[in-house]
Amino acid sequence: MHFDLEYYKFIIRVFHVLCGVMWIGLLWYFNFVQIPNMKNIPDDQKPAIGKVIAPAALFWFRWGAAGTVLFGLWLASLNGYIASALSLGLDVFGGNVKHLPIGIGMWFGLIMAFNVWFVIWPHQKRALGLVAAEPAQKAKSARIAMLFSRTNTLLSIPMLYFMVSAQNLYHVS
Amino acid sequence: MKNPLESLPWTIALGVVLTIILIVIVNAAGA
Repeated sequence: MHFDLEYYKFIIRVFHVLCGVMWIGLLWYFNFVQIPNMKNIPDDQKPAIGKVIAPAALFWFRWGAAGTVLFGLWLASLNGYIASALSLGLDVFGGNVKHLPIGIGMWFGLIMAFNVWFVIWPHQKRALGLVAAEPAQKAKSARIAMLFSRTNTLLSIPMLYFMVSAQNLYHVS
Repeated sequence: MKNPLESLPWTIALGVVLTIILIVIVNAAGA
């Protein structure tokens, strides 16, 4: 083993995966564990989730998303296919169709990260009382955050399928 | 009608369906 360009790309991929596990792990925690069980927690104990657990989970969730995108775009750039993948392998943009699978994974990841930073996080801040909001606005924000979190859970399935298949079925790494 | 995203099983089912549709499109594109 040599500490050459291939190793440099490998290390960037490791950081991409580490951040991705942090991000999607917490996304699935919210959707598979926290949201479905909130109704089972007595009202006097709910602040333990709303005031302590959820803000801490959201911190690692949104920075995990940022790290995943940063290291992912860095890796795609080092591999020389960032433009081809983001143009979904379309000829008209000078793309190669073999980059279509990784392109689909990348676009889903980018849409999901956008949802985290610009929809879920601003609405969660209101829902959890981290910024001032009327009770009606809090309830509305909680619902919007939940639906976009669910949207990301839906998108995480094809996103991970195409990320993993790009490397293992289509041999684009 | 209830939004299917309010149900976790429906969310997962829709994610799987979207994945299958995209697999067909990617295959047809010749990737």
